[in-house]
Amino acid sequence: MVDKILGDKIPSFKKGHSNSDGEVSITNWSALTKVQSRTIGEILLIILFAMIIIGGLELYVIAYDVPQFVFPRPSSIVAALFTDIEFIAPHLGHTLVELFSGFFFGASTGLILAGIITQFPFVEKIVAPYILMLVTTPMLALVPLLILRFGFGYEPRIIAVALASGPMVMINSATGFRRVDLAKIALARSFGASTMQIFLKIRIPMALPMIIVGLMVGAIFGLLTAVGAEMVGGGFGLGNRLTTFSATIKMPQFFAVILILSLLGILIYLFFFLVGKKWASWES
Amino acid sequence: MVTALPKKLEVLEASKFYDTKSGPLHAVDKFDVAIESGDFISLVGPSGCGKSTLLWSIAGLHDLSSGQINLDGAKIDGPNDQIGMVFQEANMLPWRNLIKNIEFPFEIKKIPPAQDRINELLKRVGLIGFDNKFPRELSGGMQQRASIVRALSFDPSVLLMDEPFGALDAFTRDEMNLLVQEIWLETHKTIVFITHNIAEAVFLSNRVCVMTARPGSLAQVYEVDYPRPRSLEMMSDPSILKLVNQIRENIIGKK
Repeated sequence: MVDKILGDKIPSFKKGHSNSDGEVSITNWSALTKVQSRTIGEILLIILFAMIIIGGLELYVIAYDVPQFVFPRPSSIVAALFTDIEFIAPHLGHTLVELFSGFFFGASTGLILAGIITQFPFVEKIVAPYILMLVTTPMLALVPLLILRFGFGYEPRIIAVALASGPMVMINSATGFRRVDLAKIALARSFGASTMQIFLKIRIPMALPMIIVGLMVGAIFGLLTAVGAEMVGGGFGLGNRLTTFSATIKMPQFFAVILILSLLGILIYLFFFLVGKKWASWES
Repeated sequence: MVTALPKKLEVLEASKFYDTKSGPLHAVDKFDVAIESGDFISLVGPSGCGKSTLLWSIAGLHDLSSGQINLDGAKIDGPNDQIGMVFQEANMLPWRNLIKNIEFPFEIKKIPPAQDRINELLKRVGLIGFDNKFPRELSGGMQQRASIVRALSFDPSVLLMDEPFGALDAFTRDEMNLLVQEIWLETHKTIVFITHNIAEAVFLSNRVCVMTARPGSLAQVYEVDYPRPRSLEMMSDPSILKLVNQIRENIIGKK
Protein backbone atom coordinates (compact mmCIF):
# COMPACT_ATOMS: atom_id res chain seq x y z
CA MET A 1 0.00 0.00 0.00
CA VAL A 2 2.50 2.52 1.23
CA ASP A 3 4.81 1.61 -1.64
CA LYS A 4 2.23 2.67 -4.17
CA ILE A 5 1.99 6.09 -2.63
CA LEU A 6 5.71 6.46 -2.43
CA GLY A 7 5.90 5.71 -6.09
CA ASP A 8 7.53 2.32 -5.75
CA LYS A 9 10.91 3.85 -5.70
CA ILE A 10 14.01 2.94 -3.88
CA PRO A 11 14.64 5.49 -1.20
CA SER A 12 16.82 8.15 -2.62
CA PHE A 13 17.16 11.79 -1.93
CA LYS A 14 18.03 13.08 -5.31
CA LYS A 15 17.40 16.76 -5.39
CA GLY A 16 16.17 18.71 -8.36
CA HIS A 17 12.86 18.34 -10.09
CA SER A 18 12.11 17.58 -13.68
CA ASN A 19 10.43 20.74 -14.76
CA SER A 20 11.03 20.34 -18.44
CA ASP A 21 7.75 18.63 -19.25
CA GLY A 22 5.16 20.91 -20.76
CA GLU A 23 5.98 23.88 -18.66
CA VAL A 24 4.54 27.07 -20.04
CA SER A 25 5.90 30.05 -18.30
CA ILE A 26 7.01 33.37 -19.67
CA THR A 27 8.80 34.46 -16.58
CA ASN A 28 11.76 33.39 -14.65
CA TRP A 29 10.54 33.34 -11.10
CA SER A 30 13.89 33.95 -9.50
CA ALA A 31 14.25 37.09 -11.55
CA LEU A 32 10.79 38.09 -10.44
CA THR A 33 11.46 37.78 -6.77
CA LYS A 34 14.84 39.39 -6.83
CA VAL A 35 14.61 42.30 -4.48
CA GLN A 36 16.10 45.42 -5.91
CA SER A 37 17.05 48.26 -3.72
CA ARG A 38 17.58 51.53 -5.50
CA THR A 39 19.60 54.48 -4.39
CA ILE A 40 18.25 58.03 -4.67
CA GLY A 41 20.62 58.67 -7.57
CA GLU A 42 19.18 55.72 -9.48
CA ILE A 43 15.64 56.90 -8.87
CA LEU A 44 16.51 60.36 -10.17
CA LEU A 45 18.12 58.78 -13.21
CA ILE A 46 14.97 56.74 -13.90
CA ILE A 47 12.77 59.86 -13.66
CA LEU A 48 15.17 61.84 -15.82
CA PHE A 49 15.13 59.11 -18.47
CA ALA A 50 11.32 59.04 -18.51
CA MET A 51 11.21 62.84 -18.83
CA ILE A 52 13.62 62.79 -21.77
CA ILE A 53 11.62 60.08 -23.57
CA ILE A 54 8.20 61.69 -23.02
CA GLY A 55 9.42 65.27 -23.42
CA GLY A 56 11.41 64.31 -26.51
CA LEU A 57 8.36 62.67 -28.03
CA GLU A 58 6.31 65.79 -27.33
CA LEU A 59 8.89 68.04 -28.95
CA TYR A 60 9.31 65.73 -31.92
CA VAL A 61 5.56 65.63 -32.58
CA ILE A 62 5.38 69.44 -32.38
CA ALA A 63 8.56 70.12 -34.35
CA TYR A 64 7.79 67.76 -37.23
CA ASP A 65 4.07 68.46 -37.17
CA VAL A 66 3.20 64.76 -36.87
CA PRO A 67 -0.48 64.32 -37.78
CA GLN A 68 -2.70 63.40 -34.85
CA PHE A 69 -3.83 60.10 -36.41
CA VAL A 70 -0.20 58.96 -36.59
CA PHE A 71 0.72 59.93 -33.05
CA PRO A 72 -0.90 62.52 -30.76
CA ARG A 73 1.12 64.73 -28.47
CA PRO A 74 1.82 62.93 -25.16
CA SER A 75 0.41 65.92 -23.30
CA SER A 76 -2.88 65.60 -25.20
CA ILE A 77 -3.07 61.91 -24.18
CA VAL A 78 -2.73 62.89 -20.53
CA ALA A 79 -5.24 65.70 -21.04
CA ALA A 80 -7.70 63.26 -22.65
CA LEU A 81 -7.25 60.95 -19.70
CA PHE A 82 -8.62 63.74 -17.49
CA THR A 83 -11.21 65.33 -19.77
CA ASP A 84 -12.71 62.08 -21.10
CA ILE A 85 -12.33 59.94 -17.99
CA GLU A 86 -16.08 60.04 -17.35
CA PHE A 87 -16.64 58.49 -20.78
CA ILE A 88 -13.88 55.92 -20.36
CA ALA A 89 -14.38 54.90 -16.71
CA PRO A 90 -17.68 52.98 -17.20
CA HIS A 91 -16.02 50.97 -19.95
CA LEU A 92 -13.08 50.21 -17.68
CA GLY A 93 -15.66 48.91 -15.21
CA HIS A 94 -17.15 46.59 -17.86
CA THR A 95 -13.73 45.24 -18.82
CA LEU A 96 -12.87 44.62 -15.18
CA VAL A 97 -16.14 42.75 -14.63
CA GLU A 98 -15.36 40.51 -17.60
CA LEU A 99 -11.77 40.03 -16.53
CA PHE A 100 -12.54 39.25 -12.90
CA SER A 101 -15.45 36.90 -13.45
CA GLY A 102 -13.82 35.12 -16.40
CA PHE A 103 -10.54 34.78 -14.56
CA PHE A 104 -12.30 33.60 -11.42
CA PHE A 105 -14.13 30.79 -13.23
CA GLY A 106 -11.20 29.90 -15.46
CA ALA A 107 -8.50 29.97 -12.81
CA SER A 108 -10.45 28.07 -10.18
CA THR A 109 -11.46 25.39 -12.66
CA GLY A 110 -7.89 25.15 -13.97
CA LEU A 111 -6.47 24.92 -10.48
CA ILE A 112 -8.89 22.24 -9.33
CA LEU A 113 -8.44 20.20 -12.50
CA ALA A 114 -4.65 20.43 -12.17
CA GLY A 115 -4.87 19.21 -8.59
CA ILE A 116 -7.06 16.26 -9.54
CA ILE A 117 -5.41 15.26 -12.79
CA THR A 118 -1.88 15.15 -11.41
CA GLN A 119 -3.04 12.61 -8.85
CA PHE A 120 -3.79 10.21 -11.71
CA PRO A 121 -0.84 10.08 -14.10
CA PHE A 122 -2.80 7.85 -16.48
CA VAL A 123 -5.65 10.37 -16.83
CA GLU A 124 -3.06 13.07 -17.28
CA LYS A 125 -1.57 11.30 -20.28
CA ILE A 126 -4.98 11.02 -21.93
CA VAL A 127 -6.04 14.64 -21.47
CA ALA A 128 -2.62 16.25 -22.02
CA PRO A 129 -3.07 16.86 -25.79
CA TYR A 130 -6.42 18.61 -25.25
CA ILE A 131 -5.00 20.81 -22.54
CA LEU A 132 -2.11 21.72 -24.79
CA MET A 133 -4.57 22.53 -27.56
CA LEU A 134 -6.55 24.77 -25.21
CA VAL A 135 -3.37 26.56 -24.20
CA THR A 136 -2.09 27.11 -27.72
CA THR A 137 -5.38 27.99 -29.46
CA PRO A 138 -6.08 31.72 -29.30
CA MET A 139 -9.46 31.80 -27.61
CA LEU A 140 -10.14 35.08 -29.37
CA ALA A 141 -10.83 32.98 -32.46
CA LEU A 142 -13.90 31.55 -30.72
CA VAL A 143 -15.42 34.94 -29.91
CA PRO A 144 -17.48 35.34 -33.14
CA LEU A 145 -18.97 31.91 -32.48
CA LEU A 146 -19.66 32.76 -28.85
CA ILE A 147 -21.33 36.01 -29.91
CA LEU A 148 -23.59 34.04 -32.26
CA ARG A 149 -24.63 31.84 -29.40
CA PHE A 150 -24.73 34.31 -26.49
CA GLY A 151 -25.26 37.72 -28.08
CA PHE A 152 -23.44 40.97 -27.45
CA GLY A 153 -23.51 40.98 -23.64
CA TYR A 154 -21.02 39.96 -21.02
CA GLU A 155 -21.37 36.19 -21.57
CA PRO A 156 -19.22 35.57 -24.65
CA ARG A 157 -16.45 37.74 -23.23
CA ILE A 158 -16.46 36.12 -19.81
CA ILE A 159 -16.40 32.70 -21.44
CA ALA A 160 -13.51 33.72 -23.68
CA VAL A 161 -11.54 35.09 -20.72
CA ALA A 162 -12.17 31.90 -18.75
CA LEU A 163 -11.10 29.76 -21.69
CA ALA A 164 -7.94 31.80 -22.17
CA SER A 165 -6.85 31.96 -18.54
CA GLY A 166 -8.03 28.56 -17.29
CA PRO A 167 -5.72 26.29 -19.31
CA MET A 168 -2.78 28.60 -18.63
CA VAL A 169 -3.37 28.34 -14.88
CA MET A 170 -3.92 24.62 -15.22
CA ILE A 171 -0.79 23.74 -17.13
CA ASN A 172 1.46 25.73 -14.79
CA SER A 173 -0.23 24.42 -11.65
CA ALA A 174 0.03 20.87 -12.97
CA THR A 175 3.76 21.36 -13.41
CA GLY A 176 3.87 22.50 -9.81
CA PHE A 177 1.82 19.59 -8.52
CA ARG A 178 3.94 17.16 -10.48
CA ARG A 179 7.02 18.06 -8.50
CA VAL A 180 7.48 15.11 -6.26
CA ASP A 181 9.95 15.25 -3.48
CA LEU A 182 9.84 11.73 -2.15
CA ALA A 183 11.80 12.61 0.97
CA LYS A 184 9.36 15.38 1.97
CA ILE A 185 6.38 13.15 1.39
CA ALA A 186 8.09 10.40 3.40
CA LEU A 187 8.75 12.90 6.17
CA ALA A 188 5.06 13.76 6.45
CA ARG A 189 4.11 10.12 6.16
CA SER A 190 6.52 9.15 8.93
CA PHE A 191 4.40 11.30 11.23
CA GLY A 192 1.32 9.44 10.05
CA ALA A 193 0.08 12.02 7.53
CA SER A 194 -2.97 11.11 5.44
CA THR A 195 -3.01 11.51 1.66
CA MET A 196 -5.08 14.67 2.15
CA GLN A 197 -2.61 16.10 4.65
CA ILE A 198 0.25 15.36 2.27
CA PHE A 199 -1.63 17.17 -0.47
CA LEU A 200 -2.41 20.19 1.67
CA LYS A 201 0.85 20.50 3.56
CA ILE A 202 3.45 19.23 1.10
CA ARG A 203 2.16 19.21 -2.46
CA ILE A 204 0.34 22.55 -2.42
CA PRO A 205 3.19 24.52 -0.81
CA MET A 206 5.64 22.91 -3.23
CA ALA A 207 3.40 23.77 -6.18
CA LEU A 208 2.67 27.31 -5.00
CA PRO A 209 5.45 29.13 -6.86
CA MET A 210 4.32 27.56 -10.15
CA ILE A 211 0.65 28.19 -9.33
CA ILE A 212 1.35 31.88 -8.78
CA VAL A 213 3.24 32.10 -12.09
CA GLY A 214 0.27 30.37 -13.74
CA LEU A 215 -2.21 32.80 -12.20
CA MET A 216 -0.18 35.76 -13.37
CA VAL A 217 0.19 34.52 -16.92
CA GLY A 218 -3.46 33.49 -16.91
CA ALA A 219 -4.61 36.93 -15.73
CA ILE A 220 -2.59 38.71 -18.39
CA PHE A 221 -3.91 36.36 -21.07
CA GLY A 222 -7.37 37.05 -19.68
CA LEU A 223 -6.88 40.81 -20.08
CA LEU A 224 -5.71 40.38 -23.68
CA THR A 225 -8.67 38.19 -24.48
CA ALA A 226 -11.20 40.49 -22.78
CA VAL A 227 -10.02 43.49 -24.80
CA GLY A 228 -9.84 41.46 -28.00
CA ALA A 229 -13.34 40.10 -27.49
CA GLU A 230 -14.65 43.63 -26.92
CA MET A 231 -13.13 44.70 -30.20
CA VAL A 232 -14.89 41.90 -32.06
CA GLY A 233 -18.40 42.85 -31.07
CA GLY A 234 -20.65 44.53 -28.56
CA GLY A 235 -21.14 48.14 -27.56
CA PHE A 236 -19.09 48.50 -24.38
CA GLY A 237 -15.74 47.80 -22.79
CA LEU A 238 -12.26 49.28 -23.28
CA GLY A 239 -11.71 47.22 -26.43
CA ASN A 240 -14.88 48.67 -27.90
CA ARG A 241 -13.62 52.16 -27.02
CA LEU A 242 -10.43 51.46 -28.95
CA THR A 243 -12.36 50.64 -32.12
CA THR A 244 -14.73 53.59 -31.62
CA PHE A 245 -11.98 56.13 -30.90
CA SER A 246 -9.86 54.97 -33.82
CA ALA A 247 -12.84 55.00 -36.16
CA THR A 248 -13.59 58.60 -35.16
CA ILE A 249 -9.90 59.50 -35.15
CA LYS A 250 -9.93 60.54 -31.51
CA MET A 251 -6.32 59.59 -31.08
CA PRO A 252 -5.60 61.20 -27.68
CA GLN A 253 -8.56 59.27 -26.25
CA PHE A 254 -7.43 56.14 -28.09
CA PHE A 255 -3.98 56.34 -26.50
CA ALA A 256 -5.48 57.20 -23.13
CA VAL A 257 -7.27 53.82 -23.25
CA ILE A 258 -4.01 52.10 -24.28
CA LEU A 259 -2.35 53.76 -21.29
CA ILE A 260 -5.07 52.46 -18.97
CA LEU A 261 -4.67 48.96 -20.40
CA SER A 262 -0.94 48.91 -19.87
CA LEU A 263 -1.40 50.19 -16.32
CA LEU A 264 -3.89 47.37 -15.77
CA GLY A 265 -1.32 44.85 -17.01
CA ILE A 266 1.36 46.30 -14.75
CA LEU A 267 -1.02 46.14 -11.78
CA ILE A 268 -1.71 42.47 -12.48
CA TYR A 269 1.99 41.78 -12.67
CA LEU A 270 2.73 43.73 -9.49
CA PHE A 271 -0.07 42.03 -7.60
CA PHE A 272 1.19 38.53 -8.35
CA PHE A 273 4.77 39.65 -7.85
CA LEU A 274 3.89 40.71 -4.30
CA VAL A 275 1.86 37.55 -3.71
CA GLY A 276 4.84 35.53 -4.89
CA LYS A 277 7.19 37.45 -2.65
CA LYS A 278 4.98 36.76 0.32
CA TRP A 279 4.16 33.10 -0.32
CA ALA A 280 6.83 31.69 -2.58
CA SER A 281 10.02 33.55 -1.77
CA TRP A 282 11.45 30.45 -0.12
CA GLU A 283 12.28 29.07 -3.52
CA SER A 284 14.73 31.65 -4.77
CA MET B 1 3.58 -18.07 26.26
CA VAL B 2 6.39 -15.63 25.75
CA THR B 3 8.84 -15.96 28.55
CA ALA B 4 11.55 -13.50 27.63
CA LEU B 5 10.83 -9.79 27.43
CA PRO B 6 10.28 -8.78 23.82
CA LYS B 7 13.12 -6.89 22.23
CA LYS B 8 12.55 -3.22 21.41
CA LEU B 9 12.98 -3.86 17.70
CA GLU B 10 13.12 -7.19 15.96
CA VAL B 11 13.82 -7.55 12.27
CA LEU B 12 12.85 -11.08 11.29
CA GLU B 13 13.93 -12.43 7.91
CA ALA B 14 13.08 -9.15 6.26
CA SER B 15 13.17 -9.30 2.45
CA LYS B 16 12.22 -6.67 -0.04
CA PHE B 17 11.77 -6.76 -3.80
CA TYR B 18 11.06 -3.74 -5.94
CA ASP B 19 9.22 -3.91 -9.21
CA THR B 20 11.33 -2.04 -11.69
CA LYS B 21 11.05 -1.71 -15.45
CA SER B 22 13.86 -4.23 -15.86
CA GLY B 23 12.17 -6.77 -13.59
CA PRO B 24 12.09 -7.31 -9.85
CA LEU B 25 14.98 -5.88 -7.91
CA HIS B 26 16.01 -7.81 -4.83
CA ALA B 27 16.98 -5.11 -2.35
CA VAL B 28 17.06 -6.82 1.02
CA ASP B 29 17.43 -10.53 1.67
CA LYS B 30 16.35 -12.20 4.90
CA PHE B 31 17.83 -9.60 7.17
CA ASP B 32 17.74 -10.48 10.84
CA VAL B 33 18.59 -8.32 13.80
CA ALA B 34 17.29 -7.84 17.31
CA ILE B 35 17.77 -4.55 19.07
CA GLU B 36 17.43 -4.04 22.80
CA SER B 37 15.77 -1.01 24.29
CA GLY B 38 18.30 1.79 24.61
CA ASP B 39 20.73 0.17 22.19
CA PHE B 40 22.67 2.07 19.55
CA ILE B 41 23.38 0.15 16.36
CA SER B 42 24.72 1.24 13.00
CA LEU B 43 24.13 -0.23 9.58
CA VAL B 44 27.01 0.03 7.15
CA GLY B 45 27.52 -1.58 3.79
CA PRO B 46 28.29 -0.96 0.15
CA SER B 47 26.24 1.58 -1.79
CA GLY B 48 22.81 0.33 -2.77
CA CYS B 49 22.90 -2.57 -0.33
CA GLY B 50 19.43 -1.81 0.96
CA LYS B 51 20.31 0.00 4.18
CA SER B 52 17.83 2.78 3.56
CA THR B 53 15.19 0.34 2.37
CA LEU B 54 15.50 -1.53 5.63
CA LEU B 55 15.36 1.66 7.67
CA TRP B 56 12.30 2.88 5.77
CA SER B 57 10.65 -0.46 6.46
CA ILE B 58 11.34 -0.05 10.18
CA ALA B 59 9.81 3.42 9.95
CA GLY B 60 6.71 1.87 8.41
CA LEU B 61 7.15 3.79 5.17
CA HIS B 62 7.53 0.62 3.12
CA ASP B 63 6.05 -2.78 3.52
CA LEU B 64 8.26 -5.82 3.26
CA SER B 65 7.96 -8.49 0.59
CA SER B 66 8.41 -11.10 3.28
CA GLY B 67 9.45 -11.30 6.89
CA GLN B 68 8.39 -8.85 9.54
CA ILE B 69 9.59 -6.14 11.87
CA ASN B 70 8.34 -5.91 15.43
CA LEU B 71 8.34 -2.92 17.71
CA ASP B 72 7.84 -3.90 21.35
CA GLY B 73 6.59 -7.25 20.11
CA ALA B 74 3.94 -5.81 17.79
CA LYS B 75 4.27 -5.94 14.03
CA ILE B 76 5.05 -2.64 12.32
CA ASP B 77 2.58 -2.06 9.51
CA GLY B 78 2.71 1.70 9.17
CA PRO B 79 4.16 4.87 10.64
CA ASN B 80 4.31 4.74 14.41
CA ASP B 81 4.32 7.42 17.11
CA GLN B 82 7.13 5.59 18.86
CA ILE B 83 9.47 6.10 15.93
CA GLY B 84 11.19 9.35 14.99
CA MET B 85 13.17 9.62 11.80
CA VAL B 86 16.06 11.88 10.84
CA PHE B 87 16.52 12.08 7.10
CA GLN B 88 19.46 12.70 4.86
CA GLU B 89 20.27 16.37 4.30
CA ALA B 90 17.93 17.42 7.12
CA ASN B 91 14.84 17.38 4.88
CA MET B 92 13.47 20.66 6.22
CA LEU B 93 10.40 22.09 4.55
CA PRO B 94 11.80 25.25 2.92
CA TRP B 95 8.52 27.18 3.10
CA ARG B 96 8.34 26.89 6.89
CA ASN B 97 10.52 28.65 9.40
CA LEU B 98 12.46 26.68 11.98
CA ILE B 99 9.79 26.54 14.65
CA LYS B 100 7.05 25.70 12.13
CA ASN B 101 9.26 22.89 10.85
CA ILE B 102 9.69 21.52 14.33
CA GLU B 103 5.99 21.79 15.07
CA PHE B 104 5.15 20.01 11.81
CA PRO B 105 4.77 16.52 13.37
CA PHE B 106 2.28 17.91 15.88
CA GLU B 107 0.33 19.59 13.11
CA ILE B 108 0.10 16.27 11.27
CA LYS B 109 -0.82 14.38 14.43
CA LYS B 110 -3.31 17.15 15.31
CA ILE B 111 -2.05 17.61 18.85
CA PRO B 112 -0.75 20.78 20.51
CA PRO B 113 3.05 21.07 20.23
CA ALA B 114 4.99 20.08 23.33
CA GLN B 115 6.43 23.57 23.87
CA ASP B 116 8.53 22.79 26.94
CA ARG B 117 10.06 19.76 25.36
CA ILE B 118 10.78 21.58 22.10
CA ASN B 119 12.40 24.50 23.93
CA GLU B 120 14.49 22.15 26.02
CA LEU B 121 15.66 20.30 22.90
CA LEU B 122 16.38 23.53 21.03
CA LYS B 123 18.48 24.67 23.95
CA ARG B 124 20.18 21.30 24.07
CA VAL B 125 21.30 21.51 20.44
CA GLY B 126 22.09 25.25 20.64
CA LEU B 127 19.34 26.54 18.40
CA ILE B 128 17.79 29.17 20.64
CA GLY B 129 16.80 32.39 18.89
CA PHE B 130 16.45 30.96 15.39
CA ASP B 131 12.70 30.27 15.56
CA ASN B 132 11.81 32.60 12.71
CA LYS B 133 14.71 31.73 10.42
CA PHE B 134 13.96 29.82 7.25
CA PRO B 135 15.98 26.70 6.39
CA ARG B 136 17.87 28.52 3.63
CA GLU B 137 19.14 30.96 6.28
CA LEU B 138 20.60 28.13 8.39
CA SER B 139 23.81 26.19 7.85
CA GLY B 140 23.69 22.46 7.02
CA GLY B 141 24.69 21.57 10.56
CA MET B 142 21.99 23.81 12.05
CA GLN B 143 19.38 22.32 9.74
CA GLN B 144 20.35 18.82 10.76
CA ARG B 145 20.24 19.80 14.44
CA ALA B 146 16.76 21.18 13.88
CA SER B 147 15.73 17.94 12.21
CA ILE B 148 16.97 16.00 15.24
CA VAL B 149 14.85 18.24 17.43
CA ARG B 150 11.90 17.63 15.10
CA ALA B 151 12.37 13.86 15.30
CA LEU B 152 12.62 13.92 19.10
CA SER B 153 9.94 16.55 19.68
CA PHE B 154 7.12 14.04 20.10
CA ASP B 155 9.24 11.85 22.37
CA PRO B 156 9.51 8.63 20.37
CA SER B 157 11.38 5.73 21.95
CA VAL B 158 13.17 4.82 18.73
CA LEU B 159 15.24 7.18 16.59
CA LEU B 160 16.07 6.15 13.04
CA MET B 161 18.83 8.13 11.36
CA ASP B 162 19.31 7.72 7.62
CA GLU B 163 22.81 8.93 6.73
CA PRO B 164 22.08 12.17 8.57
CA PHE B 165 25.52 13.76 8.33
CA GLY B 166 26.63 12.63 4.88
CA ALA B 167 26.42 16.13 3.42
CA LEU B 168 28.25 17.87 6.25
CA ASP B 169 31.92 18.82 6.35
CA ALA B 170 34.22 16.74 8.55
CA PHE B 171 34.36 19.19 11.46
CA THR B 172 30.63 19.70 11.62
CA ARG B 173 30.23 15.98 11.36
CA ASP B 174 32.46 15.37 14.41
CA GLU B 175 30.48 17.98 16.30
CA MET B 176 27.20 16.31 15.34
CA ASN B 177 28.52 12.89 16.36
CA LEU B 178 29.37 14.20 19.81
CA LEU B 179 25.91 15.76 20.03
CA VAL B 180 24.20 12.51 19.04
CA GLN B 181 26.20 10.63 21.66
CA GLU B 182 25.25 13.16 24.33
CA ILE B 183 21.60 13.01 23.39
CA TRP B 184 21.70 9.23 23.41
CA LEU B 185 23.39 9.15 26.83
CA GLU B 186 20.82 11.58 28.21
CA THR B 187 17.67 10.08 26.71
CA HIS B 188 18.57 6.44 26.11
CA LYS B 189 16.54 6.26 22.96
CA THR B 190 16.99 3.17 20.86
CA ILE B 191 18.92 4.41 17.84
CA VAL B 192 19.43 2.81 14.45
CA PHE B 193 21.98 4.77 12.47
CA ILE B 194 22.84 4.42 8.80
CA THR B 195 26.12 5.76 7.51
CA HIS B 196 28.75 5.35 4.83
CA ASN B 197 31.38 6.43 7.30
CA ILE B 198 32.79 3.45 9.22
CA ALA B 199 34.60 5.62 11.77
CA GLU B 200 31.34 7.40 12.50
CA ALA B 201 29.55 4.08 12.96
CA VAL B 202 32.24 2.79 15.31
CA PHE B 203 32.37 6.00 17.29
CA LEU B 204 28.64 6.10 17.91
CA SER B 205 27.40 2.53 18.18
CA ASN B 206 27.38 -0.37 20.55
CA ARG B 207 27.19 -2.64 17.53
CA VAL B 208 28.03 -2.13 13.87
CA CYS B 209 26.04 -4.32 11.49
CA VAL B 210 27.76 -4.84 8.16
CA MET B 211 25.51 -5.62 5.22
CA THR B 212 26.43 -7.52 2.07
CA ALA B 213 26.08 -6.02 -1.40
CA ARG B 214 22.59 -6.19 -2.96
CA PRO B 215 20.56 -8.08 -2.04
CA GLY B 216 21.53 -6.82 1.37
CA SER B 217 21.70 -9.31 4.16
CA LEU B 218 23.55 -9.27 7.44
CA ALA B 219 27.21 -10.12 6.84
CA GLN B 220 28.62 -9.59 10.30
CA VAL B 221 28.06 -7.76 13.55
CA TYR B 222 30.95 -6.01 15.28
CA GLU B 223 30.70 -5.13 18.95
CA VAL B 224 32.31 -1.85 19.93
CA ASP B 225 33.43 -2.33 23.50
CA TYR B 226 34.58 1.09 24.46
CA PRO B 227 33.49 3.01 27.51
CA ARG B 228 31.13 5.98 27.32
CA PRO B 229 31.22 8.84 26.99
CA ARG B 230 33.59 8.44 24.09
CA SER B 231 35.79 11.26 22.94
CA LEU B 232 37.12 11.86 19.45
CA GLU B 233 40.56 10.71 20.65
CA MET B 234 39.10 7.23 20.80
CA MET B 235 39.36 7.14 17.04
CA SER B 236 43.16 7.09 17.22
CA ASP B 237 43.20 4.15 19.63
CA PRO B 238 45.01 1.24 17.88
CA SER B 239 42.29 -1.26 18.75
CA ILE B 240 39.64 1.03 17.28
CA LEU B 241 41.74 1.68 14.15
CA LYS B 242 42.07 -2.07 13.77
CA LEU B 243 38.31 -2.53 14.11
CA VAL B 244 37.60 0.18 11.53
CA ASN B 245 40.01 -1.51 9.13
CA GLN B 246 38.45 -4.90 9.75
CA ILE B 247 35.03 -3.53 8.91
CA ARG B 248 36.35 -1.79 5.83
CA GLU B 249 37.96 -5.00 4.61
CA ASN B 250 34.74 -6.84 5.23
CA ILE B 251 32.84 -4.37 3.04
CA ILE B 252 35.23 -3.76 0.16
CA GLY B 253 37.39 -6.87 0.45
CA LYS B 254 41.12 -7.01 1.13
CA LYS B 255 43.13 -4.87 -1.23
